[in-house]
Amino acid sequence: MARKLAYWIAGMAIWLLMTWTVEYQSVIAGAVLSFIAALIFGKYLPLDPGKLLNPRRWFWLLIFMPVFAYQCFKANLDVALRVLAPGLRLNPGIVRIKTSLKSEIARTFLANSITLTPGTMTVEIKDDVLYIHWIDVKTDDSELAAKIIKGPFEKLLARIFD
Amino acid sequence: MTILLVILVLGAFFCLYRVLRGPSISDRVIAVDIVAVIFSSITALMALQYKLAYLLDISIALAVISFVATLALSKYLQGRSLDD
Amino acid sequence: MIDSLGWVFIIGGVVFNMLGCLGLVRFPDLYNRMQAATKSVTLGTCGILFGIFLLSGFSALGIKALVCILFVLINLPVASHALSRGSLIFGIKMWHKTVKDDFSKDRGEKPAIEEDE
Repeated sequence: MARKLAYWIAGMAIWLLMTWTVEYQSVIAGAVLSFIAALIFGKYLPLDPGKLLNPRRWFWLLIFMPVFAYQCFKANLDVALRVLAPGLRLNPGIVRIKTSLKSEIARTFLANSITLTPGTMTVEIKDDVLYIHWIDVKTDDSELAAKIIKGPFEKLLARIFD
Repeated sequence: MTILLVILVLGAFFCLYRVLRGPSISDRVIAVDIVAVIFSSITALMALQYKLAYLLDISIALAVISFVATLALSKYLQGRSLDD
Repeated sequence: MIDSLGWVFIIGGVVFNMLGCLGLVRFPDLYNRMQAATKSVTLGTCGILFGIFLLSGFSALGIKALVCILFVLINLPVASHALSRGSLIFGIKMWHKTVKDDFSKDRGEKPAIEEDE
């Protein structure tokens, strides 16, 4: 029930942002449509709705966004140098790392963040093991590789979602 | 403004090279996905130039539906049915 | 001031998009190509949309650009993740200079790496 309510509010918010009017006809249409969508898809919402009300999690989400943007920009400079360099400066491979995050959504966010940061791309998540395609394998040791690849993300995501 | 649009279309042509040439089917599909995202940014730039907000709706729709084909292909490659 | 910052974001985004397409042509195998293309095109498109938000402020145009950023950030990482997993299981080989392949090792198969010519 709470899931459906959270879904309804989120759908309503996106509708209002995308139409960007407060005419009553448009608002009523949005309310009805997002209510129908919430009835059908609400049970698939992967978040626990009680966590949405905790302001500390929103604060860490706010911290997370600039960190993510900075890492993403660094990743792109790295890729740009590799594209423009003469010859192919590549040393690729697939490595296995472990994560301590518990919930599904936190792991999903970790996988997406890893995909957008320097030289790494998530290939597969199986429980707490992630397989990462790494464009420049620096070390054979799994622990050290996990430390390099996950960077600051795991701690922040644990504070946001777990 | 025009020069930016020309550069983006040139990039889309590079992707088309990969679509025509790509050795495996996955190369072709990821290239088509990237062409779709680049066209979504071209549409967004045109929305800015002509001050037409509804062109951005097209941009959002392209970004949302362009990866459905990719997901369908990846299911097929793993030998699973589409409703799995 | 904010206008020129917006143009900086847009031009940077276009340059990154172009570099992503170049990487798609230049790199040697599917997985490296996906890396280059996914990262650069995602950041490039997000940069263009954020520049549009800065140029047009809180109007219908700017807010829609922000919503569009949300969808673009989901699109390409998920697509590349699903497609690379599917291709590895299907048996598309990696470049011959690849150093290790833990994924195939853990599934109990030979490493999916091309023979050296």
